[in-house]
Amino acid sequence: MKMFVCIKQVPDPNTAISKLDPATKRLVRSGVSLVLDPGDESTISAAIKLRDKVGNSELVALSMGPASAQEATRRALAMGVDRAILITDPALAGSDAFSTAQVLAAALKKEGADLIFCSTESTDGYTGMVPGGIAEFLGIPQLTFAREITIEGQKAIIKRVIPKGYQTIESTLPAVITIASGSYEAIYPTMKGIMGAKKKTLTQMSLADLGIAATQVGEAGAHERVLSIGKAEARAAGQIIKDDGNAAQQIAEFLQRYQLL
Amino acid sequence: MDFTLNEEQTAIRQTCREFAEQEIKPVAAEIDATGTFPYPLIRQMGELGLLGLPFPEEYGGAGADFLSYCLAIEEISRGDASIGITMEAHTSLGATPFYLFGSQQQKEQYLTPLARGEQLWSFGLTEPEAGSDSGGTQTRAVLQDGHWLINGSKAFITNAGTAMTGGVTITAVTGCLSNGRNEISNLIVPVGTPGYSIGQPYKKMGWKASDTRPLAFTECLIPEENILGQPGDGFKQFLRILDAGRVAIAALSVGLAQACLDEALSYAQQRRQFGQPISKFQSIQFKLADMDMEIELARLMYYKAAWLQMQGKPYSREASMAKLFASETSKRAADQAVQIHGGYGFMDEYPVSRYWRNVKINEIGEGTSEVQRMVIAKSLGC
Repeated sequence: MKMFVCIKQVPDPNTAISKLDPATKRLVRSGVSLVLDPGDESTISAAIKLRDKVGNSELVALSMGPASAQEATRRALAMGVDRAILITDPALAGSDAFSTAQVLAAALKKEGADLIFCSTESTDGYTGMVPGGIAEFLGIPQLTFAREITIEGQKAIIKRVIPKGYQTIESTLPAVITIASGSYEAIYPTMKGIMGAKKKTLTQMSLADLGIAATQVGEAGAHERVLSIGKAEARAAGQIIKDDGNAAQQIAEFLQRYQLL
Repeated sequence: MDFTLNEEQTAIRQTCREFAEQEIKPVAAEIDATGTFPYPLIRQMGELGLLGLPFPEEYGGAGADFLSYCLAIEEISRGDASIGITMEAHTSLGATPFYLFGSQQQKEQYLTPLARGEQLWSFGLTEPEAGSDSGGTQTRAVLQDGHWLINGSKAFITNAGTAMTGGVTITAVTGCLSNGRNEISNLIVPVGTPGYSIGQPYKKMGWKASDTRPLAFTECLIPEENILGQPGDGFKQFLRILDAGRVAIAALSVGLAQACLDEALSYAQQRRQFGQPISKFQSIQFKLADMDMEIELARLMYYKAAWLQMQGKPYSREASMAKLFASETSKRAADQAVQIHGGYGFMDEYPVSRYWRNVKINEIGEGTSEVQRMVIAKSLGC
């Protein structure tokens, strides 16, 4: 089975203080440390687990980004992904979720994928639109918020997280599966994995390789525009309850007001 | 000169940093307080390949270079020095002798399970009466009917008595040289050998979650082939082992010193006195600046010693300098970290009190600061 996991390099959420450029209204990516999206680490871990369980399968990491995104793909390779593809092209700068999905889908179509794993959303942009876009462009089903995945013949069966439990859903293959955050613990790259990552194939693809015109993507082809950015409202001061003997009662009432009791 | 770490070195350091932060630091206080050897963590480190970093893949290792191994030791020790020393003693002292001096058969039999992290191994050099004067070893081994008959004892041996330990390699006097000095050989004693008894763990001031024990050999018999190299090779073998070990201990000290700075800086930025964070006071800033500078210098020195080792150049002098400076740096860093914390630094709830207890041994283990100065002075021709 040919499995793909879509990954993204993002500003390190553990160290970087996210800044927005007021002119471009985009996240500042220069001068900050960039890492493989921590959410993708869990998704990769889920994909590796399934690849090993299904057997006789290949797992490929697929990413779109600048040349520096190679580092993120190396991390995926060190974690145990078999090979990686990085789609990189100057014309891709400024791509929106629509273009990103279009480009990733073109590469997936070219490669021929049975199963495509995505995180529910990225840790920087949080649009959550790319997985659905990929499924749409490829004309295949999308299974979302998976916390458990099994493959039976040509079917994928997932447990889908919902507010009060889970649904069991099945679909035909090929399919896109998004992983519910917190469902899979990220594995560490092994030392052997790190030492062997360079020996694995990392292919670079350009827009020309995918037969996509530069005008369809990037700034030029963007369907969305960020109109404005603004500061989040400062939180109002909390309510302090002084214990005059009725504090318990007041706290209970407060919680009831928000239907927490 | 290029100080840039390569891709693999960077990735190993980063992974170890994450592992220390997420897996080690959360349990460090508890395993110290209870003196528990953290089997789940050590096994997990074995599975990740952290117990066989500098050995070739054919023997179950990760095939990383010596600097990568030292970077890993620094990051793991930044999480906890007990785990750092367990990893260091296993790799530098336990497994490396098999890699450097073992026969093909010994490498396959002993090194492979160690590099895979399935087993730990210890090295027995120090004795109750022979510490810095390691030439004065009193443990004796006599060759009799195809066996070495060993009598003697060893002291302060790391990793000797864990449930994962496969055995110990010991220095023993196996004869007398023409100059009247002892002929020293390194002998392999697996756990369970009749006559080999492993004592109760010591009660220690620091490194409490590591395993340190006295060992006794009473009419202990091992097969003649349980020797590394030839009889009489032992002295030069352990000098070589110690050189590399000192660089790794320097890395351990740097990791611990960095942990002191991490805690001191974070505390100084939060703690407010006289209306502002104490990090705004020059008296505190100067302490933090000195710590940062000394740590960077100590780090550079172990990088250089590791680089020389990888180039196959002599590096005894630099290994001693790295170990000496880094261990003294870590002591000063721990001292200042506690000082910056004030009264809280004396309390067990704050990690710096543990760090303060942990740094002292860095100036003693694998060659005291005095021995390091002797090595450096010798290189000057004294």
